[in-house]
Amino acid sequence: MGLTAERKACLEKLCGKFRRDVIDTLYGSQTGHPGGSLSVCEILTALYFEKVRVDPAEPQKPDRDRVVLCKGHAAPMLYRVLAEKGFFPAEEMKTLRRLNTRLQGHPSIKHTPGVDLSTGPLGAGLSAALGMALGLRLSNTGARVYAILGDGDINEGMVWEAGMSAVKFKADNLIAIYDWNKVQLDGKCDDIMPLGDVNAKFAAFGWRCLPCDGHDVGALCDAIDKACEPDGRPSVIIADTVKGKGVSFMEGKNTWHGKAIGEADYKQAVAELGGE
Amino acid sequence: MAKAIREAYGEALVKYGRDNPDVVVLEADLSGSTRSALFQAACPERFFNVGVAEANMAAMAAGFASVGKIPFINTFATFMITLGLLPARVYGSYSGLNVKYMGAYSGLSDSYDGPSHHTVEDIALMRALPNFRVYVASDELNTDWLVKHAIESKGPMYIRLSRDVFPSVYEPGTKFEDGKGKVIRDGKDVTIAACGIMVGFALEAAKILASEGIDARVLDIFSIKPLDAELLLESARSTGAVVTAEEHSVMGGLGGAVSEVLALGHAGVPVGFVGLADCHAECGAYKELLSKYQLDVPAIAAKVRETVAKKR
Repeated sequence: MGLTAERKACLEKLCGKFRRDVIDTLYGSQTGHPGGSLSVCEILTALYFEKVRVDPAEPQKPDRDRVVLCKGHAAPMLYRVLAEKGFFPAEEMKTLRRLNTRLQGHPSIKHTPGVDLSTGPLGAGLSAALGMALGLRLSNTGARVYAILGDGDINEGMVWEAGMSAVKFKADNLIAIYDWNKVQLDGKCDDIMPLGDVNAKFAAFGWRCLPCDGHDVGALCDAIDKACEPDGRPSVIIADTVKGKGVSFMEGKNTWHGKAIGEADYKQAVAELGGE
Repeated sequence: MAKAIREAYGEALVKYGRDNPDVVVLEADLSGSTRSALFQAACPERFFNVGVAEANMAAMAAGFASVGKIPFINTFATFMITLGLLPARVYGSYSGLNVKYMGAYSGLSDSYDGPSHHTVEDIALMRALPNFRVYVASDELNTDWLVKHAIESKGPMYIRLSRDVFPSVYEPGTKFEDGKGKVIRDGKDVTIAACGIMVGFALEAAKILASEGIDARVLDIFSIKPLDAELLLESARSTGAVVTAEEHSVMGGLGGAVSEVLALGHAGVPVGFVGLADCHAECGAYKELLSKYQLDVPAIAAKVRETVAKKR
């Protein structure tokens, strides 16, 4: 357990590159979701570069771990991470959201190698991830399922149906990671739909709750390790994050949920992210 | 005495699912009604009762399907096609996952519970979803085949079941084929294309009509999607009139599907619809409801007479 300082630095460097590349991609596409892509960066990086057992040479390997990006609008960051992992060339990021692309606006198992579930409509992903976890358990694969939730998912009732079911069925190979960035499309969660103490809510449902700093790859890896110790319960990592993390004028701003990036903003974002 | 469709379904689930480790059955607290309880008794480790959480059940099924399982989900058809529609669309239809939606208590068969529990829109809704195949069980033997077919044939399916006993239509050993209607009775004056309980009713109506000199061909269109366009067009051309009969709204169901085929095939024959008018029914005894809302043998016979009279 625990990342070496060297490995941590390496992952942080990767995160920096992913942020710059995603901003590049979204500036080029002039459509897509910057805020939630930037907040989920460390979560996806920690998962794919430290924890998740997948093989880009065999994307459909039956006993692989699964990742469900329930907050499917953060697809640009998922695609960038999958490209780095080797599922498809990073060059393909330029085609995001364009006609004939493999990189659809929201993740699609029909189009993109490495994507484990089509997502987009919020709230349904955790239920599907639970089905995956139970199916993988029936097949004795030892595989785990990681479900990345956003604030929008937490708004939806189905998440709480899955929350009860996962405990009933003792799905301890299901690990939810909640990208708690506290801002949704129309405004701050506190103004649109106050989420209350989500940690306490999951705990009351019977989940093992593991709060951590969602922008600290070391803390995330430690929390994932803890969640992987089976104890008969599903786990949720409450990852405290900032929407738009890394770009000062996007941080905490609902207006950057899904806005096209203009030239001046792009230049400033790139400068802040240490690009050229 | 024929067997209730729900009983035939529960027995078929056990018969074909017991020895197939990929079959999993999900239920939303209606296992005694849907008869998925029979599978629970046989294979408890592959049975998942999620409580009253239909949307969650439908989405969980997608997860099972994505890791190679063959999930059958069970609840009343009306809850399946409403609360289960989002998962049906994004996971079954869009993603092509191998989910089996088993719509119990469809039509007016949950008669006493009233329109909140009736289902008269499911065929229209589910056949509009790309990639979904849609079937309507017509008797207990057909139900048995549909369950076997759902296990053997990959892809999202909606199968409309019923609470009730339907008239037996088929002899043991009958062979069914995906996308192929069955000619139950041949005739030269009019075609009655029916599904579900209406198949047995159409046969009865044909007997009455025969005594009046109207020779009706009766088709069981248990496969709504894919639809047997060839059989329908040939029947329309050779009999010169088509009446559809379904325990469903007259909008968008079997009548709509058959009309699309006849229009595209330039059949140019008079068409009549037997189905629930654009309304909701009410509670009451099943047979009385079918009669009041003109979904019975006399209603089919009357619609056939009216349609045949329009033949040139």
